[in-house]
Amino acid sequence: MQALFGRDRTVEAWRHLVQPGDKVSLKVNTLGGRGISTNVQLVAAICERLQEAGVKASDILVWDRDSDELERAGFHLAVGGDRVQCYGTDRAGYEDELAAWGSVGSCLSKILTRRTNVLINLPVLKDHDGAGVTIALKNMYGVIHNPNKYHPDGCNPYVADLNMLPEIRSKMRLIICDATTAMYEGGPGYKPEHSWNANSLLVSTDPVALDHTGWKIIERKRAEKGWKTLAAEERAPRYIATAADAEHRLGTNDPTKISLIEV
Amino acid sequence: MFCKLDVEDAVNHTFGRPLDRRSFMKCALASGAALGSGAALGMAVAEPAAAIPSGAAAETEADTRYVFEAKFYQKLPNRKIKCKLCPRECAVGDKERGYCGVRENRGGVYYTLVHSRVCAAHVDPIEKKPLFHYLPGTTAFSIATAGCNVNCKFCQNWDISQSRPEEVPAHFMPPQSVAELARQYECPTIAYTYSEPVVFAEYLMDAADAGHAAGVRSIVVSNGYMQEDAMKEAYGKMDAVKIDLKSFTESYYSKVVTGQLKPVLDSLVTLRKMGKWTEIVYLVLPTLNDSDEEFRGLAQWIKANLGTDVPLHFTQFHPQYLLKNLPITPVPTLERAKEIADAEGLHYVYIGNVPGHPSQNTYCPKCRKMLVERVGFTASQVLIRKNSCPFCQQPIPGIWHA
Repeated sequence: MQALFGRDRTVEAWRHLVQPGDKVSLKVNTLGGRGISTNVQLVAAICERLQEAGVKASDILVWDRDSDELERAGFHLAVGGDRVQCYGTDRAGYEDELAAWGSVGSCLSKILTRRTNVLINLPVLKDHDGAGVTIALKNMYGVIHNPNKYHPDGCNPYVADLNMLPEIRSKMRLIICDATTAMYEGGPGYKPEHSWNANSLLVSTDPVALDHTGWKIIERKRAEKGWKTLAAEERAPRYIATAADAEHRLGTNDPTKISLIEV
Repeated sequence: MFCKLDVEDAVNHTFGRPLDRRSFMKCALASGAALGSGAALGMAVAEPAAAIPSGAAAETEADTRYVFEAKFYQKLPNRKIKCKLCPRECAVGDKERGYCGVRENRGGVYYTLVHSRVCAAHVDPIEKKPLFHYLPGTTAFSIATAGCNVNCKFCQNWDISQSRPEEVPAHFMPPQSVAELARQYECPTIAYTYSEPVVFAEYLMDAADAGHAAGVRSIVVSNGYMQEDAMKEAYGKMDAVKIDLKSFTESYYSKVVTGQLKPVLDSLVTLRKMGKWTEIVYLVLPTLNDSDEEFRGLAQWIKANLGTDVPLHFTQFHPQYLLKNLPITPVPTLERAKEIADAEGLHYVYIGNVPGHPSQNTYCPKCRKMLVERVGFTASQVLIRKNSCPFCQQPIPGIWHA
């Protein structure tokens, strides 16, 4: 965080991102259960840093689509009181009105629309049988009521269009991808035989750059393990380029414009 | 809008709160209203509380009462499956769902999540489906679950059809209860409708069996986007079918429906071969599927492949869902469509969603006398006798009397 925001102290980096009074929500990814979900320990550390930056515990909400999935991934649900909150959209519901952009028309989680003014995206790094990879941009499938409608054609342009919705685009300030465990094949369900301990965190304010970088990490591991490239399997994540195109401009997928800082 | 559980605040909400009986029927009535229903026309719906069987309880995603192994799928390596229900043939990985959102792969076994999971129940005139040549003047006990295998940008019931089952309130209504309720409300038919019955095929089949055992017939209102084997097995149990043929071009199906035309045409031919009474609805959208060429091509195809006696309903579009930028279909457009289809030789071409229009009545194709007069969704006069015109004895195709 200090390197990303060019600050000498950790708390200053976080204060660059949030301020007291902010309603901060942490969108984790728990589809893969305990095998490959956003780590509870990582989330706990982020919650501590946010509080050090002045955000009240009760203004922090850890969430995903479904409360049961959160519990299966190791999170303890917490509703009410002064604690950090933790529950799924199944408890809050979706907006009745549609949010639409391009090919997407969806009802957004009320957690995003009513309980969030700063969204921190906490995806995992893994292969996806349809989309190619699922990292930061696709993690937003967990904030809408109808993700099943957006899997054809390698999720393209749906992933990019979804991230254009103002409620997502304007609120997502930071992505921390939990790549302590990552998966190069067989996703999105957890396949231990295709997982490895990458022991990394990918941190960015640009979801496209982060996804592009994560994709390349997965490709390197696939090559190392003797698997074909995703392109050779006709499932390269084309939505990343779409997200970077002139119509979307959600970030950059140009390696020459991505400053990769290894800490 | 369809009625959903109203959640004011996540903190106060109880997960999985059951919908009480009164709320459920409010939902059912609301859904009817969204469909331009009999309720809006003053149709009486019998005592709401009695409509739900005792023991109706909360549903959760894990509720095993609704979860049955699907009938139409193929197992693949690595715990994947390929769905064989509709032409989409979703390849679904473990823990994922198909496009419809109501079928889930759990460890390499594919499950339907909506068996007996009814999110809309209503007593409708059969003319509302619309079926005009099938038991006119009767009512249908009409049910739906969440989910759909396409995503029409004009869907009027998108809040149930485009939702996953856990997102809409629902009640447990096993097949026997459906049959009993239909009898209780003196409905000679059960109608599977509102969302897309293709996606709850297993439930539909079981409910149809229960209905037939109790002397109640079954009808289905469907997009026809289904694989042939599944259609033969599931719709083989139906007594009549209404198919929404949404356009006569592949480009429209691709852009507006997120589906394909050809499988739907194939389904219509299959239903014809199966001998099922079938009617076709064509919703006319201004600028998108309303050209003379398309109307003519459609009518010619029906005549060549299904015959001239298949009722064809041109219905009026009202702005909904993702197509709120289009106007209501002008009545002259619908009249032009009917003129073209009439000129091609189709015998029973109707105009729908336009109350009071004379083309919602049935006329004898030979002597042109009116045989069925319709007011709103009711058949106010049925003059057909012994399946024929009483004036000139021309046979009139359909199932006119129970």
